[in-house]
Formats: sequence, structure tokens, C-alpha cells
Amino acid sequence: MRYLLIEDNEHLARAALDRLSLDGHVVDHANSLSSAADFTATTDYDLILLDIMLPDGDGRTFLETHRTHADATPVIVLTARSEVSDRVGVLDLGADDYITKPFDFAELEARCRAVLRRRVGAARNLKTLGRAQFDSLAGTLQIGDTIITLRNRELRLLEVFANAPGQIFPKAKLLDRLFSYDEEVSENAIEVYVARLRRHLRGSDVVIETVRGLGYRLTLP
Amino acid sequence: MTMVTAKGSIQRRLMVSLLAGAALLAVALFFIVQSLARQLAEESQDNILLASATSILDASAVRQGELVLDLPYSAFSMLGNLSDDRVFYAVRFGADFITGYSDLEDVRGLGEARFETRDYLDEPVRVVALSRLLSISGRPTKLTVIIAQTRNGQRETLERISSIAATIGLGFFLAAAGLAALASRSAIRPLERLAVSVGRRGPQDLRPVAAPVPSEMVTLVAALNRFMERLKVSLARSEEFIAEAAHRVRTPLATVRTQADITLRRVDKEENRAALREMIRAIDESSRAAGQLLDHAMVTFRSDNLEHSALDVGQLAAEMVDRLHPLAELRDIDLVLDSTSGAMISGDTILIQNALRNLLDNAIKFSPAEGTVVVSVRRLENQVLLGVQDQGKGFPAEGRDRLTRRFARGSNAEGIIGSGLGLTIANEVALAHGGGVEIANNRKGPGACVTLSFPSA
Repeated sequence: MRYLLIEDNEHLARAALDRLSLDGHVVDHANSLSSAADFTATTDYDLILLDIMLPDGDGRTFLETHRTHADATPVIVLTARSEVSDRVGVLDLGADDYITKPFDFAELEARCRAVLRRRVGAARNLKTLGRAQFDSLAGTLQIGDTIITLRNRELRLLEVFANAPGQIFPKAKLLDRLFSYDEEVSENAIEVYVARLRRHLRGSDVVIETVRGLGYRLTLP
Repeated sequence: MTMVTAKGSIQRRLMVSLLAGAALLAVALFFIVQSLARQLAEESQDNILLASATSILDASAVRQGELVLDLPYSAFSMLGNLSDDRVFYAVRFGADFITGYSDLEDVRGLGEARFETRDYLDEPVRVVALSRLLSISGRPTKLTVIIAQTRNGQRETLERISSIAATIGLGFFLAAAGLAALASRSAIRPLERLAVSVGRRGPQDLRPVAAPVPSEMVTLVAALNRFMERLKVSLARSEEFIAEAAHRVRTPLATVRTQADITLRRVDKEENRAALREMIRAIDESSRAAGQLLDHAMVTFRSDNLEHSALDVGQLAAEMVDRLHPLAELRDIDLVLDSTSGAMISGDTILIQNALRNLLDNAIKFSPAEGTVVVSVRRLENQVLLGVQDQGKGFPAEGRDRLTRRFARGSNAEGIIGSGLGLTIANEVALAHGGGVEIANNRKGPGACVTLSFPSA
């Protein structure tokens, strides 16, 4: 997915860039409205993350012009304050969602996913895994004629594997990707989700292998 | 709220001073009328006495060296016209007593006509003495007529006039009292109108008073307007401060959190990973606590200045459920809305959103993976019930009533990040709206069930 991040806070922007690229997204960063306009003029984005207070103007102005240009790219607004009037304002101006700063990236990811699922055609994000078709936005796995709807954690786990076929993922790392840190979970919980994925993938030629003592990996035929 | 101590009343003070003035005027009026009446009565008696004495003098003459004195009837009848008072008289010619009451003495003094009030035969009398020089045998000799009259008639007249004067004075006082009441009430009315119009305002209505006021009140109203302006600024500032403080505390925490998160993805060594996880948990805990403390401050602040507007709890719940869907999904939790239409209450949207948000945060946090959280909106008699049900461990049997206290946490909440303010916030929001909170466990199956009640609009 290609994101445009319009944010003038350098710390936050760098953290967001690092974090989003770790999830396999390509992110361009604009630190003002004018440079944002340059980016959108030349590149098509899947999602725009927009700060409200920018050095050369109000993010809401950008939102307005963006919508009058009939640009369908979804926008998530990053608001600094939890002011209701702000929220209502940005949603009325055509933002798809908003998140209050400072935010947890897990929440940002979840909101991005929800917005993209609503706004972007499913075909854009189809991944072929052997005989299976994996749509990480719709959260579906198609093998032959059967379409399986994955739950959120199954989907995210399969995403991790599918982004790097052949790579070995230790249980501990997978645990961190799937669960928030305030949940008390044992490594066995991963086994449950791996078992489910294996059951879903039955009938395809994709296998999730256990590499003894190291973790799991997905192997394509 | 502190009570205002009333000291004195403008209306009463105005009334008292107007009444005192009226009473003073009434008494003065009484005495003026009385003294005028006495003066008039005395003057008229004096005039008649003088006329009577003059007519006697006029009727006397010296003929052939002899004094001829004729007492005309009219001289005494005119005195009888005035009243039934007794009349005494004496006529002296030079050193000789001619006729009348010999012991009726002359009035000392100079001048032709002399008046005096004295006691005669144990009665107060008004006396006039009138003299004229007559020439007898070429020698001028003084002829003096002295007439005295008792003053009973005059006293009666005076008494009558006094009682009339008293009636007039009393009437004047009563009329003035009525006018004073009217005047003081109408003087105080603009003040009352101002008080009512300011008192009727909503807590968020800090517009300046624009209606015209009497010139005496301009200073007061101008001061009031300036005060409201300052209050508005400081209210806005407190609200901004609360938001700003939350932002300031949480922003650096979020940066550290993200960095730790990224590092965790890159680090392989289990000890380091465990340390990073510990760190992230601690950061999450502080960030959440800071957020909730400021939520709580916001709730306390807004509860004191509660903004009432008509709001649809069903719609509010739907929006919140919609908003929290992605977060629930991260844990594979189904967020279900079971709502009824027309659940209208009068309340503060931000506060109720805050309460529901905190309850839902709790429910999502305590729910097992792939559980269901139900938000329900119901109308019951004249109440609107907003409930959140989860399928977690539920509340412990003991100390449940303690949970709405600040920083109190259930004995089975160990290992789950929280500050123990969520229920406090929800409780305070419900109380501020004249409602309440019910903390219970689900009757069917495991899990907690928190219900906020609000009086319906």
C-alpha cells in the first residue's frame, strides 16, 4: 500500500515512517500543505494521513480541495485534541476517519485497514499464494471455489507470513505482532492461530512449517 | 456553591427613607395647618374685638363739656356672632371709671389699640384696649374702651381644625406610603429583571448583557459583562489546558512507545525483548493513566458547568460502536449494538461519550479473544439505560460497591493495564446527569454488565 503522510512534527513523522514501512507499506512524507500538493499531483496514493495543524495552513483546507477535486483517496485525519467540534468538522469535510494524537500504531493500523477495506477495491490487494488467493483487505482466502473469511488475528498472522515467504518467524515475535502488550498470553496462543491457518490452508499447496526450536515459516510450492 | 449573605435590602431602605420623609412632612403639615388656623382665629377675634371697641368709641362724644357715652347694641352683638363666649367690658375716661367691670384692667403699652391674652375670672380671655383723646373744657382727656372675650369658641374651632389637619396629615402619609412602595418597587425592577435574565441563563451562556438598563446600572452591568468575558476566557483556558496537558504528557510517551515497538521488531535476543515488552507495558500504563486522569479532570470540570442539550443516546452509542470497531477487531471481539430509537435525554454529549468510551475500553480489555461485547440502549419508564456487557471474568463478588471510587480496581484485574478510573468517570458522568450506575455480572453466562441510567428528556 502506498501512503502519504502529511505531518510537520519530525519525531512523529519519522516514527510513523519507520513503523508503517515495517508493515510493508511505502510511505511518502510531506511536511507542509504545498509539498503535499506536489506529491498528490504526481502520485496516486491508497491512503492519506493528514495532520490538521500545518505550518502553511489548516489541514481542513487540504481536505476540502481534495474532496472538490473528486479525489477518491481515503483520508484519515490526525487530530491533536479530542475536541468534538474538530471531529465532527473533519468527518463533515469528508475525512474517512480520525485518530487522536498521540496514538498507538496498532490503532492506526486497525483504522487504516478498516478505511481501506471500505474504500479500496478488493482486487488491488490480492496476493497469490500458490493455488490460494489471499485478500488481506477483505480478509478472505480463496482456494478453488471456497472463500474463507479470516478473523482479524488469523488475517494479520497470514499477512506476516505472506509478506515474507520462507522466512522463519520465532513464536515470540509473532506473539508481539498479534497481541497487545497488556494481554497475558503464553506462546501456546500462537500455536492455536497457526493451527487454524493450517486448517484454512488445507486444500491449497501452501504449508506453514514448524521449524523445530526456531519458529514457523510459510513455504510456497 | 457558597450562599450569598443578604445584608439589608435596597427596596426596604428606599421604602424606609421615603416613609420617614413622608411622616416628617405629615407632622410638619399638621403643625403648620394648626398654627395657621390659630393665627387666623386670633386675628379674626382681634378684628371683631377692635371693631366692637371702635364702634363704642365712635358712639361717644363730648357735648357741652360733658361726656356722652352710648353703648351701641351692635358693639356686643357682633361679638356674639363669632361664638357664645362671654364678653366683659370697661370704659375709663382719664382717671375715672365710667362703666362696665371695674376690675377689668387696661392693657399696658403704647399705641391706640393694644391686645393681650390674660386670665380673667379664672378663664383665659383676649383683651383689646382702644384709646382716644377727647377734649373736655379745653383739656385733652383719654377715653379708653377695654373689651375682653373668653376663648372657648376659638378653642373649639382650633380643636376642629386640628382634627381635620391630623386627618389630612394621616391621609397624606398613607398616600405617600403607597407611592413610596410603588416607587421603590419600580426603582428595583430593572435590577430584578437583570437578576432573572442572568439567573435563567444556561451555564455555558456567557454572552454579555445587551438589554438596555437604567443609567445607574450601567457600571454594574459593564462590570458584570467584563467579568463574564474573563470567565469565558478562563473556562476556555481550563478546557484547553486539560486537553493540552494530556497532549503534552502523552506525546513524548507515544514517541518512546513507537521507538520501543520498532526496536522490538528488530531485536532477537529474548532477554532484550522481555525488557522492551516490560517497557512498553509501563509506557502504555502511564499513557493510559494520564489520559484517564485528564478525562477525569475534564469530567469533574464539565460536571460543574454541565451543558444540557437534547441528545439521542441510541445515536451516540451507534457512533461510538462504529468508532471502536477497528479496536475491538484487533482482539477479534465482536462489538454489537442493541439499541432502541427515541432514547432522548438532556445532557452533555462529550461527557456521555467519555463515559461510554471508558466502559467500552474496559469491556474490550477484559473480554476474552473472540468474545462479544454488547452495547445496549433501552428505555424504561422515564429512564434511558445505557448498558455495556462483556464476557470476561466479571466483577469479584466482594467490594463491588467500592469500584466506582478513584483508583479502585477489581481484585481479579491483575495483569491487565488500568488505572481504576474508568468506572469512576462513568459514575460521575451518570451522577452529574441525575442518573446512576449499576455494576453487576451477567445473569446468563460469565462477564460484567455495567449500566448507566439517565432521566429521559
